[in-house]
Amino acid sequence: MEQPFDLTVIWAGIIGFGIMMYVLMDGFDLGQGILFPFAPNEKARDTMMNSVAPIWDGNETWLVLGGAGLLAAFPLVYSVFLPALYIGVFLLLAGLIFRGIAFEFRFKAKTSKYLWSWSFSVGSIVAAFAQGAVVGTYIQGFKTEGFVYVGGALDWLTPFTVITGLGLVVGYALLGSTWLIMKTEGEVQDWAYKITPKLLVGLMTVFAIVCVYTPFIDEYVKARWFDNLSIIWVLPVLALYCAFVVFSNVRKRKDGMPFVATMGIFLFSYLGLLVSKWPYIVPPKFTIWDAASAYNSQLFLLIGFLFVIPIILAYTSWTYWVFRGKVKEGGYH
Amino acid sequence: MELDPLMLSRIQFAFVVCFHAIFPVFTIGLASTIAGFETLAYKTGDPVWHRLSKFWIQVFAVVFGIGVVSGIVMSFQFGTNWSNFSYATANFLGPVLSYEVITAFFLEASFLGVLLFGRDKVPQGVHLFAAIMVASGTFISSFWILAANSLMQTPDGLELINGMYHVKSWTDSIFNPSFGYRFMHMVVASFLTAALVVAGVSAWFVLQKREFVANRKALSVALWFLLILAPVQAVIGDFHGLNTLKYQPTKVAAMEGNWETSSGVPLLLFAIPDNENQTNHFEVGIPKLASFVLTHDWDGEVPGLKDVPVEEQPPVLIVFWSFRIMVALGLLMIAFAVWGLFLRIKGRYYQSTYFLNGLRLMSLSPFIAVLAGWVVTESGRAPWLIYGQMTHAQGLTPSLTGGMALFTLIGYIVVYSLVFSAGVYYLLKVFRGGVEKANAPHEMEEVERPMRPFSAAHVAIDEEI
Repeated sequence: MEQPFDLTVIWAGIIGFGIMMYVLMDGFDLGQGILFPFAPNEKARDTMMNSVAPIWDGNETWLVLGGAGLLAAFPLVYSVFLPALYIGVFLLLAGLIFRGIAFEFRFKAKTSKYLWSWSFSVGSIVAAFAQGAVVGTYIQGFKTEGFVYVGGALDWLTPFTVITGLGLVVGYALLGSTWLIMKTEGEVQDWAYKITPKLLVGLMTVFAIVCVYTPFIDEYVKARWFDNLSIIWVLPVLALYCAFVVFSNVRKRKDGMPFVATMGIFLFSYLGLLVSKWPYIVPPKFTIWDAASAYNSQLFLLIGFLFVIPIILAYTSWTYWVFRGKVKEGGYH
Repeated sequence: MELDPLMLSRIQFAFVVCFHAIFPVFTIGLASTIAGFETLAYKTGDPVWHRLSKFWIQVFAVVFGIGVVSGIVMSFQFGTNWSNFSYATANFLGPVLSYEVITAFFLEASFLGVLLFGRDKVPQGVHLFAAIMVASGTFISSFWILAANSLMQTPDGLELINGMYHVKSWTDSIFNPSFGYRFMHMVVASFLTAALVVAGVSAWFVLQKREFVANRKALSVALWFLLILAPVQAVIGDFHGLNTLKYQPTKVAAMEGNWETSSGVPLLLFAIPDNENQTNHFEVGIPKLASFVLTHDWDGEVPGLKDVPVEEQPPVLIVFWSFRIMVALGLLMIAFAVWGLFLRIKGRYYQSTYFLNGLRLMSLSPFIAVLAGWVVTESGRAPWLIYGQMTHAQGLTPSLTGGMALFTLIGYIVVYSLVFSAGVYYLLKVFRGGVEKANAPHEMEEVERPMRPFSAAHVAIDEEI
């Protein structure tokens, strides 16, 4: 078929954008579950859950849409990542299911509330860890023959991916705590101010480990960083700057900036990762063009996505607008 | 013991699909039921329809919520356990399944909220419109899913290039030869499910004399639907069977338990088919009836299983009996519909205790029939994943080991059992609360948090009602 545009690049943009949206948005509500066990009291837990209750499932839309879009636009990613991360994917799904139903039932529960709190918390932590391990596995690369994954069931579980997994748990907790700084007041906010610097230190440690480790295990990334694309250094520097902004604004007890700057840390780290690996989507062998589906399939679905993405964005902004402002005890008012 | 990843993956997929299928099959029909109640409320102005609609919207909300949770797993199973299959078919399945996601999302984002929470906030006409849109959305969702499934049964419009199917014609591949029949069969099954559940639950309320006027009306409507739909489903099923005979003769042979291609084949009422010995044990049948049903000719020729090599035969025992369970339940539904009509003529359909208690039991029958039907069509396709083109073994993830498959199989069973128990437990509470509770001022006022389906139900999960 005639190919007036390189749809594969457009699709890479869409999927890349979708994943970023997912990480930023589901990140802070997964963060609530991660912080749950450490919350000062039950009332604080209620407030935390209330602060994300109206929006969390809208946030997860990006995951489902991304998964389906991946099968349609980059089937090789789908058919290599999922078998390689078999056990991890199961843990991710089980985690998301447990925390999803906790949202439904914790509000309906009186005596059994603690059970749903645990379900929410453990589910969130497991899901966040699994997502972090996916990132680590992507950096590590996949063992393939032809177009098929041939590695073992637990190849994805290495010291490196455990670190990226824990890193994302801490990172999401940071998104969660800065979200609380922005959306709450009083006791919960004080607590969030207190834990944010600690989480920031934790995240930066993982950030440093990944930055040092990655060029060692990946010649391609090493070449890109040290030889042919040194402008790339601007990205980690911006991420570090954002970390500094978080830190100084927490000290000044500003309530909006820490969250925005934390999103900045995520955004620049993510861009840094993408630029390091571009155009490899199933490292170390396959580029986005190797992994792409047929032109007419990409085109057929693009129409639907171009129609639905603006709707999702409009709908999401509307929900966030409705629930703007601080969450008070007992919910939004 | 050697664990077979193929067998375990098939069990896992069957488990997840069966678990998931019962929710959408109910919500599709229920969405239309609610749209129907809303239309009656709008047209007649009779508050009784409002009361009913309020109650059934709560039921819908809970079932929809569980269905969404269980559905997420499905979209990842293709990749985890059947990666060769998903890679090969991605050019078709990717867009089709994505369009289903888009539809479902669009539906939830725009109209579900209005239906669940907007009754007092928008004009009545807008609320009715939302109900109709939600119902249409469920049809569009099933349209895409059944297009995907039908393509695996009767592939068309595709071309295999370097191990990957390419779509030559979107219309041919979406509207493939068995799609229309399967879609109709499934839509009517959904309507029947809703009709029988509404009938069963209303019968229970009527027996208890709870909200008598409203529930009697609901029972009456449900019985009319049953009377029309149960026989219609039998006719559609017959056409669907003829389509299968044309495109998947081996499946029909398994359904009939027929080993040798021959004419004047009996309709077996009982048999124990035996794949190993290529024969049936303890056959009891009605002479020539299978030929007549399938070819509309007493001496028509019915294909036999032995037309294909042994390794290309489906598990006959499972297909044979699942088919009989489905048909028997279908006939039972027709019998209940006729019984209802008979009682109605005598003006006693809401008085006969036997009939009402029978309906309570029958509310489970559509779920069993639907699952049995899916087993027929899916097991009957075995060993093919894409009929005549790709087997289960070829579609399996090459790196999958028996241990991995067993781990996730047990995992999904545990997770789903917990979700299912909590969901059904809660659903039963909503049922017990009944029409009264759904229309009472809410005791459990929640924080303001729209868009959660469960928020539509105002019942505590752990308190006695």
